[in-house]
Amino acid sequence: MITRLFGFKGGVKPESHKNESSGTPILTAPLPKRLVIPLRQSIRSTARCLVEPGQKVLKGEHIGEGEGGLGTSVHASTSGTVVEIAPYPMAHASGLETLSVVIEPDGEDRWIDHTPLDLRTVSREEALAWLRGCGIVGMGGAGFPTHVKLGGGRGIDTLVINGAECEPWITCDDRLMRERAPEVLSGAMILRELIGAKQVRVGIEDNKPEAIAAMQAAASGLGDAIAVVPVPTLYPAGGEKQLIRVLTGVEIPQGKLGTDFGVQCFNVGTAHAVHRAIRFGEPLVSRVVTLTGNVARPGNYEVLLGTQVVELLELAGPKADTNRYIMGGPMMGTELQSLSVPVTKGTNCVISASPALFPPPPPELPCIRCGACARACPAELQPFELYWFSRAKNFGKAQEYHLFDCIECGSCAFVCPSRIPLVDYYRFAKGEIWARERERLASDQARDRFEFRNFRQEREKEEKAAKLAAKAAETRAKLAESGEAPAQPAEAEDPKKALVAAALARAKQQQAAVTPKNTDGLSADVQAEIADIDARREKLNQQDADKAP
Amino acid sequence: MINSPYIRKPASVQGVMLAVLTALVPAIVIYAWQIAAVVLVNLAIATIAALAGEALVLKLRGRPLAPALSDLSAVVTAWLLALCFPPILPWWATMLGVLIAIVAVKHLYGGLGQNPFNPAMVAYCAMIVAFPALMSQWPAAGQLDFATQLGLVLGGARELDAIASATALDTIKTGLRTAGATVQSIMSQGGNFGLVSGRGWEWLAPAYALGGLYLLARGIITWHMPAAFLGALAAISAAFWLADPTHYASPLFHLASGGAMLGAFFIVTDPVSGATTPRGKLIFAACIALVAYIIRTFGAFPEGVAFAVLLLNICVPLIDMNTQPRVFGYKGDKGDKAR
Repeated sequence: MITRLFGFKGGVKPESHKNESSGTPILTAPLPKRLVIPLRQSIRSTARCLVEPGQKVLKGEHIGEGEGGLGTSVHASTSGTVVEIAPYPMAHASGLETLSVVIEPDGEDRWIDHTPLDLRTVSREEALAWLRGCGIVGMGGAGFPTHVKLGGGRGIDTLVINGAECEPWITCDDRLMRERAPEVLSGAMILRELIGAKQVRVGIEDNKPEAIAAMQAAASGLGDAIAVVPVPTLYPAGGEKQLIRVLTGVEIPQGKLGTDFGVQCFNVGTAHAVHRAIRFGEPLVSRVVTLTGNVARPGNYEVLLGTQVVELLELAGPKADTNRYIMGGPMMGTELQSLSVPVTKGTNCVISASPALFPPPPPELPCIRCGACARACPAELQPFELYWFSRAKNFGKAQEYHLFDCIECGSCAFVCPSRIPLVDYYRFAKGEIWARERERLASDQARDRFEFRNFRQEREKEEKAAKLAAKAAETRAKLAESGEAPAQPAEAEDPKKALVAAALARAKQQQAAVTPKNTDGLSADVQAEIADIDARREKLNQQDADKAP
Repeated sequence: MINSPYIRKPASVQGVMLAVLTALVPAIVIYAWQIAAVVLVNLAIATIAALAGEALVLKLRGRPLAPALSDLSAVVTAWLLALCFPPILPWWATMLGVLIAIVAVKHLYGGLGQNPFNPAMVAYCAMIVAFPALMSQWPAAGQLDFATQLGLVLGGARELDAIASATALDTIKTGLRTAGATVQSIMSQGGNFGLVSGRGWEWLAPAYALGGLYLLARGIITWHMPAAFLGALAAISAAFWLADPTHYASPLFHLASGGAMLGAFFIVTDPVSGATTPRGKLIFAACIALVAYIIRTFGAFPEGVAFAVLLLNICVPLIDMNTQPRVFGYKGDKGDKAR
């Protein structure tokens, strides 16, 4: 099968530094003294804890239930006792803490009962639920749940398996492909079946000839549908969009999913985990991690999820002049704020850094608009323009110039002759824009609340008025019944006036009712006298009224 | 804390500037050997003035001296000016020009990377407007001995008519004003012309081109600007020349004369003040060539590259804004004007 390759613009060629750790087979890391298993293993979703302190768990036992659309299950990585459930820091630039289950291993590493899933006997939805239950997420770093990525299972032409591993220093995928090629491809074929793809293409950077050979040998028995394709070594060829472009020619814009374009992409580690989950029923409890850099014994280790970096580092033996540790690769990794952070599903590498291997950047100079960054940018952006706009806090302009198409691969900062930490500026601008967006949302909510308050006050006023009017009407009705209704219905519109009128009416009525009472006990003579006086007064009043012109 | 990436290519502004200076060496050698050795003195004067001027402004601005002085950008400006000015320009005029470039055009706008105009070209234009006589005294190649050249540069009596001549561009332009003169008749009189342009001077063109190719090979400049500039200059001069070869000089003459080659590889390509997008670079450089040709042929000044560069510097934001390249993933979208 002849595979036409496409290119992507830009890209850089940092020194690969793969040989340090790629020469030795994957070793199994010894059981750590304690495991800190974060309940947040997939992107944007923290699992609900299912265990309590003191509870005994087996390896592979369900300890966290995924919640929401992006949730996946979390499992105990070994058998032992849950000793604590508390927030612990994760590997994140901000030192983010997340609720974690701390397990003290009992040393037996005893599996819970697990059985393979026969794909022929279950529906596609059941298979996806199985993967969710096995906690399968993308192992390339982002941790996106695999069952979500498998989506509707329609309209996919090409399944891309990412074995490019373009970041310098990292070799975990290289060793995995060299040693477990059949398993990786088995997982790829399962993914292909579940997503309904016509063909599978495995992209591997051509600086890994052993991995390519092993994968091609394993693929030879699987027919024409699967092709292992060497791709040119050019960072970031392992970026999902870049690899899809190289292997299929399809360009996926920011914010769109591969499925919209008939392509989907999974990492080789994910394919391997899918194989274990389906063929053996094993949930994802360990992964291969590269330990390299300024260490005595660089290499790759099969590490239980939740193993703290500090315990892991002992295996490699960092040298005395190590001054910091980078999780991930040197282009996109994160400097660890604490060595107590645990290995998670997306942890591929821990680099011990020394000033000699990773010298601190020389002082920043002004941008001379040389355009080296634009020529290196795989997203085909104008990074220096984004830098000017971000620096000037002209965020609207930065967005117009496609700030959010930036994948933060670091190529621009890598080539910048003025050594400007360009990616920092983009992170800053993105953070500010997100913050403003949140603020805008918050102020929208505040405005909504304010408007509702006004509405509510208005409504209450109206209700009160209506009540008063009703009361007034009632009173009038009562008066009407008593036959002395004051003739003033026209003014009933105004509830206050109505009320006043009603009160007056009531007073009059009372007066009227009271007056006869005062004369109740009088003699007939006196009453006649009063009537006489009244008549005279009436007469005088009449005369006065007649005199008046 | 330092954020990713943790590794960097060993590239520096100093390295870029050093490459530009290296690329100028072939032309400097030809200049000193074929035309006037005093250019070496001028280069030294310009360099000293540039560094002194930069140091002075940095001190006034309270900025650290070392990073800015060692980035060599001021030296590049100084060398370009020394190569643009007539070689027998008095020392104080060279210094004045360099100080205009460094102090006024570069630092008053904020220093390295902030100037909207090409410092060397503003200084050149300012000098030609302020000192038109001094700025148009060019010696014929190899006419004066070094002592005389040095005497003229360092001061002393200037018997202008005896030593000064006009450049090839100027000779043709003024010559054509005489009734009945043709390009051919002008070029055949006197010994001022060589194979295609000014005798001796014409060899600077291939030397600049050689340096330019070195910059292209090093990836310091891209092909867009030299190709568009030289292509457009050749095209417009060919059009006029084909229409009337007696009154318009050949494309080869235009490419080998004045600041064409220096401009194509070293002036137009200034990243700070030029267009930055691939299509923008083509438009920017081609327009400079067209304006330069018009000034050369029809304008009041014998050479137009400097004025053309400044005119197009003004247009850079407009050009850049309207030629934004397509972004990855936006198919069929020409990328015009980021939306």
